[in-house]
Amino acid sequence: MNDSIYERIERSPRFKELVAKRERFAWILSAIMLGLYVAFILIIAFDPSLFGTPISEGSPTTWGIPAGIGLILSAFVLTGIYVYRANGEFDDLNQAILDEVKQ
Amino acid sequence: MIARLLAACGLLAFAQGSWAADAISGAVERQPINVSAIVMFVAFVGATLFITYWASKKNNSTADHYAAGGKITGFQNGLAIAGDYMSAASFLGISALVYTSGYDGLIYSIGFLVGWPIILFLIAERLRNLGKYTFADVASYRLKQKEIRTLSASGSLVVVAFYLIAQMVGAGKLIQLLFGLDYHVAVILVGILMVLYVLFGGMLATTWVQIIKAVLLLSGASFMALMVMKTVNFDFGTLFSEAVKVHAKGQAIMSPGALVSDPVSAISLGLALMFGTAGLPHILMRFFTVSDAKEARKSVFYATGFIGYFYILTFIIGFGAILLVSTNPAFKDAAGALLGGNNMAAVHLANAVGGSLFLGFISAVAFATILAVVAGLTLAGASAVSHDIYASVIKGGKANEKDELRVSKITTIALGVLAIGLGILFEKQNIAFMVGLAFSIAASCNFPVLFLSMYWKNLTTRGAMVGGWLGLLTAVGLMILGPTVWVQVLGNAKAIFPYEYPALFSMVVAFAGIWFFSITDKSTSAGEERARFLPQFVRSQTGLGASGAAAH
Repeated sequence: MNDSIYERIERSPRFKELVAKRERFAWILSAIMLGLYVAFILIIAFDPSLFGTPISEGSPTTWGIPAGIGLILSAFVLTGIYVYRANGEFDDLNQAILDEVKQ
Repeated sequence: MIARLLAACGLLAFAQGSWAADAISGAVERQPINVSAIVMFVAFVGATLFITYWASKKNNSTADHYAAGGKITGFQNGLAIAGDYMSAASFLGISALVYTSGYDGLIYSIGFLVGWPIILFLIAERLRNLGKYTFADVASYRLKQKEIRTLSASGSLVVVAFYLIAQMVGAGKLIQLLFGLDYHVAVILVGILMVLYVLFGGMLATTWVQIIKAVLLLSGASFMALMVMKTVNFDFGTLFSEAVKVHAKGQAIMSPGALVSDPVSAISLGLALMFGTAGLPHILMRFFTVSDAKEARKSVFYATGFIGYFYILTFIIGFGAILLVSTNPAFKDAAGALLGGNNMAAVHLANAVGGSLFLGFISAVAFATILAVVAGLTLAGASAVSHDIYASVIKGGKANEKDELRVSKITTIALGVLAIGLGILFEKQNIAFMVGLAFSIAASCNFPVLFLSMYWKNLTTRGAMVGGWLGLLTAVGLMILGPTVWVQVLGNAKAIFPYEYPALFSMVVAFAGIWFFSITDKSTSAGEERARFLPQFVRSQTGLGASGAAAH
């Protein structure tokens, strides 16, 4: 691979579009995941009794259970969302960029 | 540094490890010989050795040896990554933590999981597009090969060493506990088998051993969770209320307990778990076994699913043990403690829900799990020596494939001997802090250098060197001065560094060090390194020029 191909790609508007879109998407999802986890940890550190409160009067299940299980599920769902978009839309755009420079 | 740690550990008597949930620690009792467990384990070893034989015929080049020729699919790799993560210690340790403290077990397992989405969003595809066999390929992509590869290889080897010691000691104790075999026999057996897998089967055999074990472990754990839920008519409310009734801590098991007491420790632990995962060499290496970035992304998706599912299962299993094991006098000694210690909670539960045959199955799976994890660690350690130090630093990138493979195989044998030796040496020591140390070092040395090499144009060799070494030394230093080693291992009255987990501080030191020594670097080579960021960036984004499945 010589540098001129890399420079041509770098100047391509499609490449700029791909990078901007994918980066933004990745950072937003990271922020959501980090935000949820940090909120979870801060609640445990500052107000643990909140997670010890029953979800309804007399119920043995506390709020901590849906919060914890929800966090596990959200990790799975967020990765799914990213893979769906990255392997579809972003990879199509990426292929278009590579086809463009190979002509 | 290692010598000092060894000396430090020699002084220890009894200690409560804060990372106990990921390491089998403390004294264990030897159990009577369990025949069905041994039969099933022998069947597993037979099957994996057959796979190793099959893989050895395909294992001809460095690409095959390090990266299984890049022919692993995303789904298979997802299972293998999940397998690397679901160690015997995390299966038995986390279910034991749930058994003793309830909700705290869930907090701990969540910390291990949330790193995965971040790895996917920020690291996986760039890593796959830039690297070949080890993460040092990526970190040194536009920087000076010798310096950065030495740093990365050192970071890898230190992490592998601590992780390996923890696994070997855990293995010996577990096998003593489950099969009634002698500790030394167990450690030597584990050492020999892991060397065989890696030596002859390379990454292909190591991956398949990991996949088989992941499937066995997930099936066994699913069965146990199902049987637990059956006893409470598939109602979580009943499961929790019955557990609260019989547990000594009562209602407290349904809320956060003593695991994270102050915010600084909580955040520091979270950072170590989250970013440590993104710096573990044996995990990062798995991204090079798939053909392209698309498959790399899929692997993380599947891995996150399997790991999350596994942690939900261990949570149910822990509560099931409260219900079915703690109430059954057959599993307890005269003093009312669990036979073989709290780490046996899941194993006793297997007996309670599936009888002695299923107990044998779970015991065999636990042993298989250790084998698979140590094989992955050994391969990562051997690659750091042969690919990074021998081929790139000593031979300046001009080593021929045959020599490189030979060095890798010699290192594998050396690591096997070393692992057996350290396993025996550390038999009576508390090794619980070592997994924590491994994660903290990975988060403070490997991760910052790797991350900034891909994201920050102005990174230079000088910055990466100074910051990377500072991060490594700070993590080790603060761990020694902190409560885990200074008080519990060395027996001092008060810790010099008050927090158990150093990651929050050592990561700041590493990032600040890298930043400062990079921006002040005005040398010509630094300018060239910055200029090489552009082609690297384009390749990391598009995969143009990335090593593919065939032409690795």
